[in-house]
Amino acid sequence: MLRDSLSVAIPVGSYGAAFGAAAVAGGFSVLQACALSLLLFSGASQFAVVGVMAGGGSALSAITTGALLGIRNGLYGMRMAPILNLSGIRKLIGAQITIDESTGVAISQESRGEGAMRYGFFATGVGVFLFWNLFTLIGALGANSIGDPSSWGLDAAVPAAFLGLVWPRLVDKKARMAALLSLTLALALTPILGAGLPIIATVLIALVLGWKAS
Amino acid sequence: MTELWIATLGASAICFLLKFLGYSLPESTLNNPRIQRINNFVPIVLLSALVSVQTLTIESKIIVDQRLAGVLVAAIALKMRVSFPLMMISAALTSALVYNFI
Repeated sequence: MLRDSLSVAIPVGSYGAAFGAAAVAGGFSVLQACALSLLLFSGASQFAVVGVMAGGGSALSAITTGALLGIRNGLYGMRMAPILNLSGIRKLIGAQITIDESTGVAISQESRGEGAMRYGFFATGVGVFLFWNLFTLIGALGANSIGDPSSWGLDAAVPAAFLGLVWPRLVDKKARMAALLSLTLALALTPILGAGLPIIATVLIALVLGWKAS
Repeated sequence: MTELWIATLGASAICFLLKFLGYSLPESTLNNPRIQRINNFVPIVLLSALVSVQTLTIESKIIVDQRLAGVLVAAIALKMRVSFPLMMISAALTSALVYNFI
């Protein structure tokens, strides 16, 4: 099972290099990039904060977008709480490493019992945390030393990362419709509302499409 | 404090709070099918919006440039099920080639 956890932690951690590079290309300092990986520690939210700020959005828009993407970690916590049964400092650590990957590996171990789920959760969460932070630093230092980010293609790496994050979620027709509507709405609203707000406005699409079961 | 630090620390604090709340609220709080369905769409719409805005706008203006070429190559790479790092590298390489040579 340690192998399961590491086989998730190492590749995911290496996306941290893409994050570190994207953050620096987007105007964040190396220290800020590392602070996001240490303190926020949730890939989609981190990329969103960087994306909104790099696009000229306000800090409030960046925080709101990051928070909306972070809600699912709270839902994972609700799922994991009765299994992990944490308190005190362990609850703080457990909460911080509650992300897609740790929860995913834990749930995949369900048939082996709660002990295996706990082990999978912590091995994956801690592993991803270590690699993610190490590679963030490497990516940020690398991008810091190369000069013009566009001449290295880093300006396309950020939207490509978002595309890579959304792609596995486009599992059915309704999901693909949500994606297309959202691509279009955000683009159409940007010249009117400025950076940041149009992204948050697309939550309306999630409200409408999720309102009724289909 | 600069806007970038406010965004960095503010988003970190709220995202940690959201994680922590999950361990502190009873599971029934959000155990409503409608909330679950809406929440499933939230990452899809936000990430998609970020794709188009990051690909096609600069400071609130719509601008078509080398980024679009990079992202289209990324889409092809994802369709071909290549790994995440390889997809990112193909996107960056395409964009860099267009930027430097076209």
